[in-house]
Amino acid sequence: MFDIDIWQEIFSTIRKNKLRTFLTGFSVAWGIFMLMVLLGSGNGLQNGVRSQFSDNAENIMWMWTGETSIPYKGYKEGREIRFNNEDYDYLVGKAEGVDKVSARFYLRGDITYSYGKEYGSFTTSTCYPALADMEKIKISSGRFINDLDMMDYRKVVVIGDDIRKALFKEVDPLGKYINIGNVPFMVVGVSYDPRSRDNRQAYMPFTTAQRIYGGGNRVHTFAITTEMVKTTEEAEAIGENIRQQMASRHSFDPTDQKAMGSFNMLTEYMRTMKIFQAIKMFVWIIGIGTLIAGIVGVSNIMLILVKERTREIGIRKALGASPASVIGLILLESILITTIAGYIGLVLGVGLMEGFNYALEQMMASGSGEQIFFMNPTVDFGTAVAATLILILSGALAGYIPARKAAKVKPIEALHDE
Amino acid sequence: MIVLDSVHKSYVTGNNSLHVLKGIDLEIGAGEFVSIMGSSGSGKSTLLNILGILDDYDSGSYVLNGKKIKSLNETKAAMLRNEMIGFVFQSFNLISFKNARENVALPLYYQKVSRRKRNVIAMEYLDRMGLKDWADHLPSELSGGQKQRVAIARALISNPKVILADEPTGALDTTTSFEVMDILKEVNDQGITVIIVTHEHDIASMTRKIIRLRDGVIAEVIKNGDLQMYRDRVLAE
Repeated sequence: MFDIDIWQEIFSTIRKNKLRTFLTGFSVAWGIFMLMVLLGSGNGLQNGVRSQFSDNAENIMWMWTGETSIPYKGYKEGREIRFNNEDYDYLVGKAEGVDKVSARFYLRGDITYSYGKEYGSFTTSTCYPALADMEKIKISSGRFINDLDMMDYRKVVVIGDDIRKALFKEVDPLGKYINIGNVPFMVVGVSYDPRSRDNRQAYMPFTTAQRIYGGGNRVHTFAITTEMVKTTEEAEAIGENIRQQMASRHSFDPTDQKAMGSFNMLTEYMRTMKIFQAIKMFVWIIGIGTLIAGIVGVSNIMLILVKERTREIGIRKALGASPASVIGLILLESILITTIAGYIGLVLGVGLMEGFNYALEQMMASGSGEQIFFMNPTVDFGTAVAATLILILSGALAGYIPARKAAKVKPIEALHDE
Repeated sequence: MIVLDSVHKSYVTGNNSLHVLKGIDLEIGAGEFVSIMGSSGSGKSTLLNILGILDDYDSGSYVLNGKKIKSLNETKAAMLRNEMIGFVFQSFNLISFKNARENVALPLYYQKVSRRKRNVIAMEYLDRMGLKDWADHLPSELSGGQKQRVAIARALISNPKVILADEPTGALDTTTSFEVMDILKEVNDQGITVIIVTHEHDIASMTRKIIRLRDGVIAEVIKNGDLQMYRDRVLAE
């Protein structure tokens, strides 16, 4: 089936009908081109949105307290609920489905940071060492808060890059003391956020802050990461379970959203990813639809071709061509046209998206593309291979009916068909 | 070589059934040179199709070279056609985008003969037809007589037992017709059975046996002495 003769025959017919072959091929190329562009755009959007999530772990959950809005177990509404250090111990030790925990104590009022003559007002995030993983904090020099800092109530701080620039200019800040609300803290690290959102933030050991700024055992918010689960339902269940536990610890109605608020990133993340799955499916349906139009076109052309070549097929049969060899001839030509045309479409589509990606990366590098919800809009290798296989299959499909028709050609009728 | 025993064939179109062959008994020995004559509608094309295994028949029997031909599947029929029968058509039926050599070599392609080998053999046959210099020409660049000689070379290349020629001179002028008939005669001299369907008396008179069909049956068989008389009569006209 793959000897040189059959290819020569196919090429000689293609050469005879250049325009027709081109137009047929074009419809297929267009179909696959659109599929690649759509898939690439879908991927780009998904990657873009996913990168928005990537500021934090996907499975992070924040909890905070407020005043009750529903009377509960004899308590009146309007009672203030407060997290405390025991809640931290509970979450770390006993709570189900919890991976890492960090607590935060808010410092009151504006806190001035100063070093020498330089000063400025910055946000202080008090935390446990686990926060580094939970919020994906990047350290450009030095280290993050560690367990020893916590145990010894050390007065150390990790400053964001903007704080470093404001206070230290070109001086190396590591080991230097800065005054934070008139308390000297040693700088042990510099953090860096490529999206420059958290660069005006400093990280301080939770225990130290609680002790220095008079927090008692008060905790304002908790950040926890839950175990990674596969469904939205499971993610919601973990959050709900923690809420139940906290409600019983602090005697408030579990349905009281004012008493304790929470935001579960995992459910949001999963919901968003589900939307993208739907988009992807939609894109495939459109792409396949376009491709089918191409296939029908090829099939149509091949039918005309068979009709035009009826006489030739009849001669071949009279000379001893078996039905199988006739089918092979038509099928192979159809597959050849679709595959080559489709491959051109594939390369153009992927090329366009790669070029687009290159431009995007240039924009990102120059810092002007931070707010773009679009990233790496390319099609992965597996998809391209799948598309190629679909093409070959389409070619076979397109050639099938014409080939069967060709195999049914009766030599007598074909030869008398003047 | 060919034995037909009360072969019947009818074509059914809708509710109408057209009884074309109404019991043909025919025997053609190896090496015979036969023409089949008859007016249109006499069934001569149908008979030729059956002889060429291009069409099946309804009842009776057809034995070709000791092998019964009946209800063969397409692949088998194609194989038998390739091995046993060489076709020559009125309209030449060369493949337009293939040159003379490729056209001649085509039957060998279906015998899975290698490309180089079949091209060599095709050149031999073209040479025999005096068309060596035209091997690379497309059919559109050849004259009618040349085309028919290419077609005869193609029919001969698979070493068939029988040559079936359907009005081989129908599209040619008298001189070329006679040339083609001379070639067919030579072919016959090598021991190959040649069967010609024609309605031209002068062409038929050049064969050694004339089978006349009328309304689906064999009306007469002219041979030997009768044939000589027939020839004289044709020549006198």
